[in-house]
Amino acid sequence: MIPEIGHFALITSLCIAMATGVLSIWGAERDDHSWMAISRPAAQAQFAFVALAFACLAYAFLNDDFSVTYVATNSNSAMPVQYKFAGIWGGHEGSLLLWMFMLSGWMLAVSIFSKNLPQDMVSRVLGVMGLVSVGFLAFMLFTSNPFDRLLPAAVDGRDLNPLLQDFGLIIHPPMLYMGYVGFSVAFAFAIAALLSGRFDAAWARWSRPWTTVAWVFMTIGIALGSWWAYYELGWGGWWFWDPVENASFMPWLMGTALIHSLAVTEKRGSFKNWTVLLAIFAFSLSLLGTFLVRSGVLTSVHAFATDPERGLFILIFLLATIGSSLALFAWRAPRVGLGGDFKLVSRETMLLIANVVLVVACGSVLLGTTYPLLLDALGMGKISVGPPYFNSVFVPLVVILVIMMGIGPVARWKQANVHDMVKVMRVPFVAAVICALVVPFLAEEWLPLVSLGLFMAYWIIFSVIANIWMRVSMSTRKGSVLDKLKSLPRSYYGHNLAHFGVAITIIGITCVTNYESEQDVRMEIGDTIDIGAYTFRFDGATKIEGPNYTASRGQIFVTKNGEPETVLYPEKRLYNVQRMPMTEAGIDTGLLRDLYVSLGEPLAQGAWSVRVYYKPFVDWIWGGALFMALGGLLAVTDRRYRLARRKTEQPVAKPAGKSADEADAKGLATDKA
Amino acid sequence: MARYLKFFVPLIIFGVMVAFLWRGLSLNPREVPSPFINKPAPSFKLSQLHDFQASFTPEEMKGKVWLLNVWASWCVACRAEHPLLMEMARRAEVPLYGLNYKDAPKDAKQWLQQHGNPYKLSVVDFDGRVGIDYGVYGVPETFVIDKQGIIRHKVIGPVSRKSLVEDVMPLVRELEKG
Repeated sequence: MIPEIGHFALITSLCIAMATGVLSIWGAERDDHSWMAISRPAAQAQFAFVALAFACLAYAFLNDDFSVTYVATNSNSAMPVQYKFAGIWGGHEGSLLLWMFMLSGWMLAVSIFSKNLPQDMVSRVLGVMGLVSVGFLAFMLFTSNPFDRLLPAAVDGRDLNPLLQDFGLIIHPPMLYMGYVGFSVAFAFAIAALLSGRFDAAWARWSRPWTTVAWVFMTIGIALGSWWAYYELGWGGWWFWDPVENASFMPWLMGTALIHSLAVTEKRGSFKNWTVLLAIFAFSLSLLGTFLVRSGVLTSVHAFATDPERGLFILIFLLATIGSSLALFAWRAPRVGLGGDFKLVSRETMLLIANVVLVVACGSVLLGTTYPLLLDALGMGKISVGPPYFNSVFVPLVVILVIMMGIGPVARWKQANVHDMVKVMRVPFVAAVICALVVPFLAEEWLPLVSLGLFMAYWIIFSVIANIWMRVSMSTRKGSVLDKLKSLPRSYYGHNLAHFGVAITIIGITCVTNYESEQDVRMEIGDTIDIGAYTFRFDGATKIEGPNYTASRGQIFVTKNGEPETVLYPEKRLYNVQRMPMTEAGIDTGLLRDLYVSLGEPLAQGAWSVRVYYKPFVDWIWGGALFMALGGLLAVTDRRYRLARRKTEQPVAKPAGKSADEADAKGLATDKA
Repeated sequence: MARYLKFFVPLIIFGVMVAFLWRGLSLNPREVPSPFINKPAPSFKLSQLHDFQASFTPEEMKGKVWLLNVWASWCVACRAEHPLLMEMARRAEVPLYGLNYKDAPKDAKQWLQQHGNPYKLSVVDFDGRVGIDYGVYGVPETFVIDKQGIIRHKVIGPVSRKSLVEDVMPLVRELEKG
């Protein structure tokens, strides 16, 4: 009975979503307040019903209801309870439900935190999100219903793909989906602006925190995915340029561009069309990602998710959503004004360059990802595009981006003085060059690529410091340095922290790709191998029984310069139901290095083939992502947004975001002082 | 007019993309029509991976149905199909030979040691010339070759359990009867 309730809840939410979509947008167009008033309660009701459906599926999973096809294919009674729960989004149907649950959650959030927005704006935003929900709910109900019954019921489930039975899977997809779906808010705001024709600074200020929050989730989601691949796949790699990874990376790049473009639109009123277009692109790429991943048009290691029959539906949905938004853009955008004008050397120009580079980077990833498909469709043969393409195209773009990251923040809005900028930036530049040349000597050996990578990282770090120092030294505020530091807005610290995170990630990538070492060896019990200062001794493997697998667990005793360092327990698991072997790497995580051991195949007389890695600074890659995410969070909690909320509680919304201009004028004054 | 036209650019690009994606739906990225099907397997004489002195040619296999699997230690997808190949080797229904494609023999040997060796033997196609003769697009690929030395079937990409059970093994059994 419970699954039927879930099914029914989905149908109900589809009806509600249709009502929200049609009535609120049309109501806003007719300026009919009784129609517009429906949007908030309807969005909340939609959330309630989707949440109910989600709870029903969770119930079916936790109670091993194998009369539900989806549960039978993605769960098993012997599976630990946390994986049963994660099994909800372990397959296609449930992922969609999770996606839908989050979309409704974002709608709920918009309906609650939008007290200070004009009613017609709220209605349009929720209306657009309602229409997106209609697409997804219809997709789920017509092609991929998670509540379909399996009669007669299966005796036991087919088990969740062992690759996915892991802590990473419990949190990685929800985080990523929060990001994907979160861009729908920025998208809805952009569409609402196109519909209403109002592109003021207030619109940009409202979209900003939503976009940033979505971006934060996405950053964490991608980092978790990469980390999961690192420790779960047993190859020690952390990024494969796989189509599915790219599908998440593209909206992230676009979202990053959007965040920076929104900053200009809010502060200076420029780039309005560009911002709108980026918002459409970011969400479109999220949808496209879903299409690429789910339809099976591309081959990927994530092949467990594909089903070509569903592809057509998603494609039609893509056509409707993206096509209509771009058509709307083509129709309305020519009327949008240009906003504040700026000189060639100004922060606007810097941000524009950064934006273009990000979009080009995103485009090159898109091209690389879909190139096999394009050639195939043209009948020009089958090829695959691998890491060499992506690395050679992507790395130079990152170099440009990093240079802009240092220069951009010191440039003044509207018109910057090259002389002043050089004065501020020359110290960080020289310091970065010196450190980049010297540090590799001290660390291991000097390699040109290490110097390049470290230069980029130091350049960012030193320019962040120089920037903060400049703001403090030029502050007209009285008091100690600490007071001055405290007076700087949180969003300022947010952007610097995020940039600092990029530097950390670059250090991680540079060190691990250049200094890592790997050994693939046959080890008898008692054998040792040396990697750098570390000695690994194989102490044999024992059989152990897991809840739904059997495993051989190796024991590797590690010493550093003769002193005991750690003991690693890599496992080779065989999952009982799917008879699928899995490697579970033994990893000793450290601030400066990871020791990574994975078991290969058992050989004669207790010997095993063992792969041992020494991975310096690898955790910095994800640590940097964490800093980026924290930076985003810090920016969202900026006083400006809270103030804006309080201020506009007065009946009339402020015209064209006066307070932003004031803040900006102040900022300019500080810069000039 | 030109001022308005530029705003249609994103829409037009998107339209082109949809056309491609639509076309892509009816294509299977794993299915490549091979002009080599039903043609004699190109001849070659290559040294064996584990014994450089010894060589192997397809002619030795005349009268037997056999599989030729193109693999490399650098090939990620090969790891995916490897457990299936190992299982196939254990069942010993059909002899499996490996064409080690553009690979360093040292790496290749280590890889087999690590993951197990399902092959009767592997030959070393160091510069990929034989791969060209066989029209290898990517690694892995698996050819089914009949008793007369004619290629009957080709699996592009990793062998899946489905393709093994539904296509490859029935074909092998049928060919063995003939």
